[in-house]
Amino acid sequence: MSYRILIVDDEPNIVISLEYLMKKEGFQIAVATDGEAALQQASSFLPDLILLDIMMPKKSGFEVCQALRANPALAAVKIIMLTAKGRETEVAKGLALGADAYITKPFSTKDLVVQIKSLLG
Amino acid sequence: MKVKFRFIVAACVLGLLMTGPFGLTAALLLADAKDAERAAFAEFLIPRLPLGALITVLGFIAGLILLRSLFQQYVHGLLRMAETLRLMLGANRNFRVAPEGPPEVRELARAANDLAQQRDELLNDVEEQIRTAKATVEEEKNRLAALMSELAMGVIVCNLDGRILLYNSRARLQFKALAQGPTSMSGGALIGLGRSIFSILERGQITHSLENIQQRLRKGSAEPTANFITSTRGGQLLRCQMAPVLRTGADSATTATVDSLPPNPPPGEGGDNIGSQAAPAHDQTTATTMLGAELQVTGYVLTIENITRNFEREAERDQALQALTDGNRAALGNIRAAVETLLDSPEMEADYRERFTRVIADEAAAMSSKLEATMSRFADSLKTRWPLEDVLGIDILAAAARRIEDRLQLPIKHEDQDAELWMRVDSFALIQAITFLASRLQDHYAIRELRLRLSAEGRMVFVDLIWSGTTISSETLYTWELEPMNVGAETSPLTLRDVIDRHGGEIWYQRDKAVHSAFFRIVLPAAVTPEAPATDQAQHLHSDSRPEYYDFDLFAARDAAGSGIDPERRLTDLAYSVFDTETTGLQPSEGDEIIQLGAVRIVNNRLLRQEIFDQLVDPVIPLKPEGIPIHGITEAMVNGQPKLDVVLPVFHEFCAETVLVAHNAAFDMRFFQLKEDSLGVRFTQPVLDTLLLSAVIHPNQESHRLESIAERLGINVIGRHTALGDAYVTGEVFLKMIPLLADMGIVTLQQALDAAQKTYFARVKY
Repeated sequence: MSYRILIVDDEPNIVISLEYLMKKEGFQIAVATDGEAALQQASSFLPDLILLDIMMPKKSGFEVCQALRANPALAAVKIIMLTAKGRETEVAKGLALGADAYITKPFSTKDLVVQIKSLLG
Repeated sequence: MKVKFRFIVAACVLGLLMTGPFGLTAALLLADAKDAERAAFAEFLIPRLPLGALITVLGFIAGLILLRSLFQQYVHGLLRMAETLRLMLGANRNFRVAPEGPPEVRELARAANDLAQQRDELLNDVEEQIRTAKATVEEEKNRLAALMSELAMGVIVCNLDGRILLYNSRARLQFKALAQGPTSMSGGALIGLGRSIFSILERGQITHSLENIQQRLRKGSAEPTANFITSTRGGQLLRCQMAPVLRTGADSATTATVDSLPPNPPPGEGGDNIGSQAAPAHDQTTATTMLGAELQVTGYVLTIENITRNFEREAERDQALQALTDGNRAALGNIRAAVETLLDSPEMEADYRERFTRVIADEAAAMSSKLEATMSRFADSLKTRWPLEDVLGIDILAAAARRIEDRLQLPIKHEDQDAELWMRVDSFALIQAITFLASRLQDHYAIRELRLRLSAEGRMVFVDLIWSGTTISSETLYTWELEPMNVGAETSPLTLRDVIDRHGGEIWYQRDKAVHSAFFRIVLPAAVTPEAPATDQAQHLHSDSRPEYYDFDLFAARDAAGSGIDPERRLTDLAYSVFDTETTGLQPSEGDEIIQLGAVRIVNNRLLRQEIFDQLVDPVIPLKPEGIPIHGITEAMVNGQPKLDVVLPVFHEFCAETVLVAHNAAFDMRFFQLKEDSLGVRFTQPVLDTLLLSAVIHPNQESHRLESIAERLGINVIGRHTALGDAYVTGEVFLKMIPLLADMGIVTLQQALDAAQKTYFARVKY
């Protein structure tokens, strides 16, 4: 069976690439464009991995990450934070809040795919 | 009395000596003789007895006269001489004993005079040495003060109580600029000799820094200084460095030994010293011998720099950096993902491919406009970080002119120089550049004179080097721009272009055909004109007396103007605010109002002409035409000035912790009192009135008007009938009065207040 991946980002210009990339790798895809939608999708779509942007309307990626980790039903889901914030302090915060990996934009798509595959084992 | 008694005794002895031997002989002869002989003897003697007695009495009188004259000459003469010697000893050093009387006494007088002469020479010598030493100290103090006032950084020296002993003009300007109050005085007035630093800087921060310094001293740190950044009420940021003032020399050694005895409290002001309290007593012996300095911090030097602007610039730069990095991450991320996907997916359908390309184009366009926006928004803060300073343009040109005339013997003329222009430059490099251009012109085109012009347009300053006759080609300047700036034996690694770039400036060659001249124009960034009021500086430079920014005597004055004012303090030790008002009329209770308030401070017996309060006040009511010729203040002058409700609280702050002094103070105080309730400021400090004090000193003089008193006391009156002018005169009068009062036994504030009150009642009675 193929893994399910939830893409959370409010910018369509990155979503288009991510969506294409993931589909090409044979994953099942769902997209959310704000924090609240992300939480709903996480419960309904039950993804194996979430690509999570930080700067989003309604709820930030940090908040979403925290909420996901607080829900035992979703404890197994992997979270990769994808963000335009590159400061060390923010990386530390993301990892501390429960993200499995933290990737800053711009990133190499190959690296991203490698990272996803290794997390999904 | 004693002398008289001794004279009587001497007379008696004389009498006995004259009658005694005769009587005794007669008695012995009579005892030895037979009866017949006795009878014959008596018969012979008795009739002749009166003659013998007469001769004896005469002899006795002659003896008395001799005795008296001896007493006069030796005993009285010596006593008189003793008195005059005492006079020489005390009251009148120049008095000499007149040699009179018998030769021995005269000899003694001469010897005493010689001794006195020798003593006087010694004393004169000592006095001379003290005078020289004092002059040296004074000169050093003045040199220090001059040095301080030239420093570009604000410097304030305080004693351990936080009383200001010294400040330089930059510090005053800095704090003046900080106080964006409604009057010209607020804030600037707060920095003053003897005032507390805690009205400007936070007490906690100062104490903390002092403790840090003590700690560092205890550890033997080579640099026992502390730094802190503090913000003022107005939100300005100040960077302060604190360095301790240590007691120096032999003095410190003795202090250390005394301090090391545990039962003895540290002497003098060391008693409240933080460090001495911190160190446990048993450790003190070793600690003090090794680091005696610890216990002898007598004050501290604060260097203060307003970094608000730097800080803002820094923050802007940060923002710009942020906007250029993080702001572009997302866009770049989108592009990269799209491009990589495109490259990795040759099989992608055409419409997908089209969408991906669109993403790339859009994001690239967005990045470009973002970059544009950032650049224009932060243009200023992204400029070169080369350390440029704000300088007055004409100063730079004057320095360049001197250098050119000195190195090249090329005459320089100044032409149309705007004296008000400030620019932001590396002055040394700029002067080098100007000199370099002058030398090239001289070498290659043999110009005989160079004119320097300074003008401005918007935020640009133009420095023009003008010469007549010869023209050059534009290419020549391009070549020169790229050569190292060598003048004579002086070499420089920089090129003219480097210097121009460093300033974010430009340079070009231009011809002015109409007047047959050509010039190089250097364009430089203008600086915001610093707050420095030129008048202030000038006043300071031109005043004959030494600047009054310091008073080290306050080092000793522990809590000089401390909590409240002790009426038992001596008049010479107090701080005063001497003030005067101009008013619309003479009837405060009938609605007359204050229109001008002027004051000057007296600290340690000195009138501090730099620490003044000078403010026009809008009286709200119209001015009376008859008053205008007296005070010379017109409607136009008071219009737009702050009203008393703003000015009086600021003035109140200016006068804090000082005794108020005014001429006919009751009049001015009445105006204040009428406002006290509505404005919530109360002047509770003691008030001395020079009018009443004058009546105390010269009760028999008819006039106690300020002019008359000033004339009597030999004070030049200038600039009267402005509030500040009158305050100056009153202050000088008051200073002259203090010693006169002391002559009358009026030494303390309480005594002066009492005496003034007495004359007041005396005058009221009349």
